[in-house]
Amino acid sequence: MPVAGARSSGQGRAVDVEVLGMTKRFGALTALDGVSLRVEAGSFMALLGENGAGKSTLVKCLVGYHQPDAGEITVAGRERDIRSPHDAHALGIGMVYQHFTLVPSMTVAENLVMARDEVPAVVNWQAEWSRLTAFMATVPFRLDLDRPVSRLAAGEKQKVEILKQLYLRRRFMILDEPTSVLTPAESGEVLGMLRAMTRAGEVTVLMITHKLREVMAFADDVAVLRRGKLVGKGRTAALTPGVLAELMVGTREIPRSHARKAGGPVEAGVPSLVIQDLKVEDDAGRLAVDGLSLTIRAGEIVGVAGVSGNGQRELVEALIGQRPTAGGEILVGGEPFRATRAEIRRHHVFSLPEEPLRNACVPAMSVAENLSLRNFDRPPQSSGPWLRRGALRAQAERWIRAFGVKTPSADAPMTTLSGGNVQRAVLARELSEPVSVLIAANPVFGLDFAAVAEIHDRILAARNGGAAVLLVSEDLDELLELSDRITVIFDGRIVHESATAKADITVIGRCMAGHHAAAPAPSPARA
Amino acid sequence: MTVVELGWWGVPIGVLGGAIRISTPFLFVSLGECITERSGRINLGLEGILVMGAMSGYAVSYTSDNPWLGVLAAGGAGLLLGLLHGLACNLPRVNDIAVGIGLMLFGTGLAFFLGKPYVQPKAPTLPGIPLGAWSDSPQIRAALQVNPLFLIGLALAVGLGWALRNTRWGLVVRIVGDSSDAARAMGYAVARVRTLSTALGGFLAGIGGSFLSLYYPGSWSEGLSSGQGLMAVALVIFARWNPIRCFYAALLFGGAGALGPALQSVGVTSGYYLFNAAPYIVTLGIMIATCSPRRTLAGAPGELSINR
Repeated sequence: MPVAGARSSGQGRAVDVEVLGMTKRFGALTALDGVSLRVEAGSFMALLGENGAGKSTLVKCLVGYHQPDAGEITVAGRERDIRSPHDAHALGIGMVYQHFTLVPSMTVAENLVMARDEVPAVVNWQAEWSRLTAFMATVPFRLDLDRPVSRLAAGEKQKVEILKQLYLRRRFMILDEPTSVLTPAESGEVLGMLRAMTRAGEVTVLMITHKLREVMAFADDVAVLRRGKLVGKGRTAALTPGVLAELMVGTREIPRSHARKAGGPVEAGVPSLVIQDLKVEDDAGRLAVDGLSLTIRAGEIVGVAGVSGNGQRELVEALIGQRPTAGGEILVGGEPFRATRAEIRRHHVFSLPEEPLRNACVPAMSVAENLSLRNFDRPPQSSGPWLRRGALRAQAERWIRAFGVKTPSADAPMTTLSGGNVQRAVLARELSEPVSVLIAANPVFGLDFAAVAEIHDRILAARNGGAAVLLVSEDLDELLELSDRITVIFDGRIVHESATAKADITVIGRCMAGHHAAAPAPSPARA
Repeated sequence: MTVVELGWWGVPIGVLGGAIRISTPFLFVSLGECITERSGRINLGLEGILVMGAMSGYAVSYTSDNPWLGVLAAGGAGLLLGLLHGLACNLPRVNDIAVGIGLMLFGTGLAFFLGKPYVQPKAPTLPGIPLGAWSDSPQIRAALQVNPLFLIGLALAVGLGWALRNTRWGLVVRIVGDSSDAARAMGYAVARVRTLSTALGGFLAGIGGSFLSLYYPGSWSEGLSSGQGLMAVALVIFARWNPIRCFYAALLFGGAGALGPALQSVGVTSGYYLFNAAPYIVTLGIMIATCSPRRTLAGAPGELSINR
């Protein structure tokens, strides 16, 4: 076994957990419907399913956040009543959440010590420190205990979350999409370590994931949920990705991949969006985007890959006018572009920012009003200083139909729409008029298969219509599928660029992790 | 005339003495606000608590003939008002800033109402410690006449700085103030921690008020406070929520407040009122220099409503 026998625990033995006939209802919705599942001690099980399949509900029942309406939980052969996270912790069940639960301004060491159930009234840091150092020697991560968590990259934060579970000697660890913010290399490292620990009998792992690749590579067993029901389980070795995908989506047809207009960019050669040596500060005043240059031609999609927190958010905010720039230049159609309303209109610049309800909508306003945010001040939606409600409504109803936005009415407030429908409404507004530049950031985050396919189709259609598309995404598969060229952002700079057809995923992964020795102008301190 | 002997040296000495004297209420109020803000709430009502503390301290000192009982009573009054703020803010959809402004008006109004009978009488005040006894110069002696509360405040600043790093209590306050999600995940009662922190902050602000009525200027009147309670909020931001830096910042503000009288003592009388406005100008300058619409302050507790 690759894991050293030197780990300090004799007591941290893995346990088995079994749920029997578990049902959980939220009002009229049955989130879990009689699910029975057994996770053997020391095994690594993946829990697969689409959004809303009931994965999160299942694990939240296990850690005591929800109380199931029916069913029982057995831990190490004994039936247990888990009423609170505290009960779960007492049984050695711990969870690593999708979002971080670390305290940002505290150091790694402070976070670890404070996570314990019993913290002494006065913390003897000298003693804690030597204990922590000894503990760190037993884990395969290297982390600076003295760094505030807010200064860690997303991947490092995830490692601290896992570290915390080990430090607390959990025997059954649940992970909710633990690799969604990690580079491929980091994912492999983290998952490999978890598997080694399960092999050594230290801990049992139940991991929620979307990524079939990870399931095939690391999990011993796999269970698939669909619409609250367990639809399949088995040894990973006996299953294929195709079978698993079919179990996840059921008999529904998997949306076809999109027709890509042959012959590459339609108007190749005309640069629509030129970013030169752009510098943008983050909220703390540090340069989050530091000398970034990128050119996007009409009719091509340029993907920006990268681990979150490398300046993507600031880049997008600067491009769509939410954040001032600290240096450099943005040119659209050859003219300087400062994202004023007049410039946006003249150059037909549109955007699909992340968290569209927050960044692209006025939540309390109606769907019709939100749909007209780009053009309510132009005829026919207005005449002089007056709005023409009839025209606004007509436009809204036209777009609602064309984009299949599910809303009670055009007058319903935007907040009453589901995430996918908010995104569709924003798409309708941003893509119904001629587009020359489209800036999209994680446009399908948190949406289900059907919505993802539809939005990808719309983006490709915009490209085929001659738009220059900048696509920033944390999902490498999405980028590989849509982009004509793929670039990697690290530390506020583009460190790698290649045509997608010739892209080498291992090189991209290494660049995302900061190992870009062959990249233009690398600084010697990095890598 | 020693004034003539010292000449312009009277200004820095006057400023130093003033800094020590005037900074004490700043120090207590800002330490109180520091605890409150570290837990994730802002209490703008400290001005009201300060005035209420000054009144109740003076009243109790007068009736009991013991100024230290007065100090304790001032702290108690502050504690109750802080508790009121804390409990009010626990209610759903209650904004801490709005409650704070209400509390400021309520505290000053209540103090004026209850304090009417104590404007005339003379209550026993706190003794000073003559650290300047070695000197012949009356200016130096006056400057180094230090109130015990100042020394207590200094010890408190050091102790608080230590406690926020090394005690469970301090770490819990920081967790609650920085990420209520994380605090809940660890099983801490966010509302309770914040209520207690606000009450403790009120206690310290009340003591700061008693210094005004029981030492300097040393009487109770309606014009006693000149916005120290509000300026202390700015001071906490300037000090980046660090108790030790609160101490230095309080000294700076105190020194700025002493500039006018010190210049007057050497004969510079023109612009007296302008120099008296120095603390406000310092406040304004600091806010402009340290705040930016584009970035959040380093060290700011993540849960503060102004930061989100």
